[in-house]
Amino acid sequence: MTTTISEHIVEIISDSGEGAQRCGQAFAAIAAKSGNGIWTVEIIPAEIQPPARSIAGASGNRVRLGSGPVTNGGDEVDLVVAFNEQVLLGRVRAGELKPGCTILLESMWREHRDPTIVRAYLETYEMIVAEGYRVIEIPMERECRQLVSDPRKGKNMFVLGMLCSIYDLDLALAREQIAITFGKKDEKVIATNIQLLEAGSAWADAKLDFKYRVPAVPPSDTQVVMNGNTALALGILASGMEICAMYPITPATSASHYLSEIFERIGGVVHQAEDEIAACTFAIGASYAGKCAVTITSGPGFSLKQEAIGLAVMAEIPLVVVDVQRGGPSTGQPTKAEQGDLLAAMFGSHGDAPKVVLAVDGIEDCFYAMITARKIAETFNTVVVVLSDASLATAQQPFSRPVFDEEWLAPPVDQSAVAPGAKPYDWDPTTGLVRRSIPGQPHGMHTVTGLAHDRDSHVAYDSQTNEDGLRHRSLKLAALQRTLRCPPVFGPAEGDLLLVGWGSTKGAIEEAVTQLRSEGHRVSSLHLRFIQPMPSGIGEILRSFGKVMTIESNWSDRLEDTLIDADNRRHSALAMLLRSRFLVDVECWTEVRGRPIKPRSIRAAALAVVERELVPV
Amino acid sequence: MSLSLTECLLATTQEPRELADYQTGVPRWCNGCGDNAILSAVQRLCRDEKLAPEKTVFVSGIGCSSRLPHYMNTYGFHGLHGRALPLAEGVKMSRPDLHVFVSTGDGDCLSIGAAHWIHALRYNMDLTVLLHDNRIYGLTKKQVSPTSPLGTKSNTTPKGSYLAPLNPLTVTLGVQNVSFVAQAVDWIPELLAEIIAAAYRHKGLSFVRIVQRCPEFQPGAFDPFVLDPKRTLILRNELTLSAALAKVYTNQREHDASSIDRAREIASIEDPIPVGILFRDETVPCYEDLRHAGQPHTPELVRRGLEAELDKFTVWPGAPGPAA
Ligand SMILES: Cc1ncc(C[n+]2csc(CCOP(=O)(O)OP(=O)(O)O)c2C)c(N)n1
Ligand code: SF4
Repeated sequence: MTTTISEHIVEIISDSGEGAQRCGQAFAAIAAKSGNGIWTVEIIPAEIQPPARSIAGASGNRVRLGSGPVTNGGDEVDLVVAFNEQVLLGRVRAGELKPGCTILLESMWREHRDPTIVRAYLETYEMIVAEGYRVIEIPMERECRQLVSDPRKGKNMFVLGMLCSIYDLDLALAREQIAITFGKKDEKVIATNIQLLEAGSAWADAKLDFKYRVPAVPPSDTQVVMNGNTALALGILASGMEICAMYPITPATSASHYLSEIFERIGGVVHQAEDEIAACTFAIGASYAGKCAVTITSGPGFSLKQEAIGLAVMAEIPLVVVDVQRGGPSTGQPTKAEQGDLLAAMFGSHGDAPKVVLAVDGIEDCFYAMITARKIAETFNTVVVVLSDASLATAQQPFSRPVFDEEWLAPPVDQSAVAPGAKPYDWDPTTGLVRRSIPGQPHGMHTVTGLAHDRDSHVAYDSQTNEDGLRHRSLKLAALQRTLRCPPVFGPAEGDLLLVGWGSTKGAIEEAVTQLRSEGHRVSSLHLRFIQPMPSGIGEILRSFGKVMTIESNWSDRLEDTLIDADNRRHSALAMLLRSRFLVDVECWTEVRGRPIKPRSIRAAALAVVERELVPV
Repeated sequence: MSLSLTECLLATTQEPRELADYQTGVPRWCNGCGDNAILSAVQRLCRDEKLAPEKTVFVSGIGCSSRLPHYMNTYGFHGLHGRALPLAEGVKMSRPDLHVFVSTGDGDCLSIGAAHWIHALRYNMDLTVLLHDNRIYGLTKKQVSPTSPLGTKSNTTPKGSYLAPLNPLTVTLGVQNVSFVAQAVDWIPELLAEIIAAAYRHKGLSFVRIVQRCPEFQPGAFDPFVLDPKRTLILRNELTLSAALAKVYTNQREHDASSIDRAREIASIEDPIPVGILFRDETVPCYEDLRHAGQPHTPELVRRGLEAELDKFTVWPGAPGPAA
């Protein structure tokens, strides 16, 4: 029986090393090639070598596929393929399964020679059956053993075949995907995996009495599919930047891995420095000498760079700093998602160090934000911090294939001769802008310094000169602000509640808003990409709603805690910024669970506010 | 846009040929500070080598020593405490055409910047590094430094320092990839200039430790060496000692600078102070050469590189290729 649906969420989970990640990615790619919208979320174990069959060891992929574009990982899962009952148990406990969700469970554990394993399996099996899930036990390994000697290696492709059958995807596309996935290996490997794929598909055709069709509403233009970190790396390449200095840190590293592979082909260099301090100062040196360099990092590395970021601000050296945020503080939760670094990005360095803070709002934006960031950094001779996060880093989504534009590379640096007597910090009194001067230009000789300096770049000992510099560096933000467009409100421009978000939560917030509106609630949302400077017009928008609430993945005190009241409550980062800037009573809702926020949770939080407002107290 | 972003569109200036062409500002070091001698030596070098001021960059960290770029009429970058080396590396990586010098102090280089120091030696970029070693923190008004002799009384060690000093030469010579190591003293300006010039001419990272007097916070510390020429050991072979100097500094030795073992042996001598080139290896590759082995960066290459990558990620329509 085939049911036609508009979307489904599928998870494939295994012990790490069993290939569920690869299976999920291939499944998503095949769906995308069929013209479906997809969004994938990696399920990553916290440890490198977690024990087998453990809750903590769950590794895999969530794939949300839909008829049209999909903008986030969605709520709970509709169908799970689990390679053992322990990894499944973790997902059940985390509340990731929809009631009645279909579970395809590897059944080999039922006949295991270790009685404790059998007991554990049966216990979980009975529990989930009792909870009303539709459990289908499948002897995946036994089926694979008919084709390969080590089924642990091939099971994932058997599962891929099953999924292709269940979701009615073209096996020819799947064969093609296998050829791409194993492209570097030999023909034999590809042939074996195709055999497994076909066996899985045949098995599902014969044994399962249900199928789903998610009809594709294909996009009209060419689409690429990649994760946020890949998009970042390609954006760096496309922006015309030539030097990336980094020090490895999760979840930023994969961007530099990918860049290392491709950058040299265009004359670029990825420099792995001895630490983040060196990476950042190396980038500053490279930018000072005439190129705009980028440094990519994550939380703890971002902290280490702060002193150098202040130097770049003070010396007015263009610099792009990417912070792929992870759970913090300290080493926190390296593989988990969080938006905890917003205030560090705004205020992290000491003294008054104004810098641009740009938060990417999706995977596609990871690409374009790099081009924007470089242009701003070079035009305004300043630091642009680009905030991404762990959930964008590894999530995949199709978007329109970028069409190369030579303008992306055009250097805003004025290369004409320096007029004799020109001052290196000849600030424009209304914009704070100054012509960038780089070594090699005759008559331009001067010494850049992190010390307070005058227009000749001479060290300033008097506070008035220092104030002059502070004023001009600050003015630059205002000058940039005048060029920014106010982001559009998602939904009508007035109503009972406005949800405000930034960064990776855009898709989930907008989905929640769509749902709420369809239920008759007057809720809209606003998503901020530029957080410093903030485009004009935002205050007005905030004031057009009865209530404003930020949605973020960073900490805010819970009012239900006994000690917390309106006077001592610590608000979430964006709420704090909006309250102080616009004197508007901004409510905040946060969740810090290390995973992308679900539309369902946002909807519930918004409903609580709307309903509270409707019931007079 | 066929030129790369940073290729300067301008010809260099007329050959500068006077010391005055490289001088700017009045140094604000204490009277008798060894940094003055180091400044004079680099200015002489620039004049003798006819370095175009606009093509020359002095990078420094923080400390008295690190004020040096302010007194040079070249480009300069007075950066952060300890971080001069990575900054200079970025400059050189971006612009191999520039002459890049680094001025750093014993606190700056050997303490807060120690990680960068060790790694700079490994990268072996074509930089001339001048370590102004006064064995004390000057700018912050007398705290113990990694090279302070055991028992040094300072504001943070009023009872005398507890730790044996670090020998920057032996440490340097312990690092794989080191390519030029020399030692000079501020009170023999002729040799100081000659050693800095040799360091400049070396392709690769040249590390010159300059024993520098700080009359403000270590008054008289080096007097025994200054007053008794026998307590200076001249490594003769690479230096052209004037007759006058040869007469004063009679404690001389032939030294084979191609031998790391001989260099290490000399490096561990603290009294008399060895002056000269301890080690030189012209064959160590420079990091910037290794990394710039690829293509020059042009818009056409960027376009081709990007399209090739996008092809790999194109999913719809099935056939790869750019949008119509
Ligand atoms: C991060 C940081 N820590 C501390 C300081 C303060 N500081 C300035 S100079 C200096 C010591 C410099 O000593 P040294 O390198 O020996 O240079 P000298 O002044 O003796 O030439 C210190 C600790 C600073 N500027 N930055
Ligand atoms: S404190 Fe010492 S090192 Fe600093 S300028 Fe004075 S004499 Fe020179």
